Amino acid sequence: MDRADALALFLHFLMLSSMAIGGTHTVMPDMYRYVVDVHQWITGKQFADAYALAQAAPGPNVMYVTLIGWQVGGWIGALATTLALVVPSSVVAIVFVRLSARNPSAPLGRAIRSGLAPIAIGLTFSSAWVLVRSVNHDWHGYALTALAFAIVMRTRINPLLLLGGGALAGVAGLV
Amino acid sequence: MPPAQSGSTDATDAPGSRVRARDIFLAFSQISLSGFGGVLFWSRYVLVERRRWLTEQEFVETLAMAQMLPGPNVFNLSLMFGYRHAGWAGLSAAIVGFLGWPFLIVIGIGLLYFRYQHLALVQHGLSGMSAAAVGLLIANAVKMASVLPRRWRPWLFALLAFVGVGALRWPLVGVLGVLAPLGVAAAWRERR
Repeated sequence: MDRADALALFLHFLMLSSMAIGGTHTVMPDMYRYVVDVHQWITGKQFADAYALAQAAPGPNVMYVTLIGWQVGGWIGALATTLALVVPSSVVAIVFVRLSARNPSAPLGRAIRSGLAPIAIGLTFSSAWVLVRSVNHDWHGYALTALAFAIVMRTRINPLLLLGGGALAGVAGLV
Repeated sequence: MPPAQSGSTDATDAPGSRVRARDIFLAFSQISLSGFGGVLFWSRYVLVERRRWLTEQEFVETLAMAQMLPGPNVFNLSLMFGYRHAGWAGLSAAIVGFLGWPFLIVIGIGLLYFRYQHLALVQHGLSGMSAAAVGLLIANAVKMASVLPRRWRPWLFALLAFVGVGALRWPLVGVLGVLAPLGVAAAWRERR
């Protein structure tokens, strides 16, 4: 990919991540349209593989955006799509922290925080719900999910051990 | 890093204790490197349970704001935390810690995957790990819910957000566009 393509990729993803309220899932369909349909830089299969790999890899699931950039244009492409994520979030964080620092105990600020907190909790349950249904295909999977839940609620075990145990159970053919 | 000058408008005057940028880098590296199948669980685990930089209430409130703003939720939360507690150095530390390692790893995994994608062992291990990761995320949501006051209204908003986005899979923007103003208005009326 040449520099003009890299710049176009960066600008388009910059626009998308500036609009991605609630996470990049909301704008993923347009990412697909842009790199697969419009420019035909990668295939739909490559796009889907990038998404699945980023879920499995350590780190935020949003790293599929990096992998898409890498498939489109190597290191330059990966940097372009990743930086497009960093810029809007940085601006948002700076503006938000500066505004809220002016008067942290203002009644409106308090109302915003306590009014949004229940919604954040409901959305976290939503993520868990969507994932629990897409990840598990039979009762073995649900049982493993329930076991991991019970252990992390009741003990102070390092959760990485649970993930490792889950992987071993998978390799042993239990799920 | 020098202490904040009194009267300056710099973010270092913000509430919340000062945290060294080096520690922010280490904490967010730990969060992102542990985050198999998602980082939300780990950000709460590290910031609230291990390092005790945030209370449960502060974590939920910061996450709520991060969800309202454009960009990946936990990434927004990381940058807000970094900038609030250590200014520009903290912001940079959060970005590099949170995205730097995964950037290299995901490309490495991409290279490996296109060579070894057909191994059944790899597929099975991943599906077992994902099943366990979801269990962790549910525990996270249950622990976060412990901060909700024991009145019906906050629980109703949590339930509506869950039904709209989780069960019915409606677009997040629409659900937030309705629930967020109503939730804030309800909290405003209850403020006394």
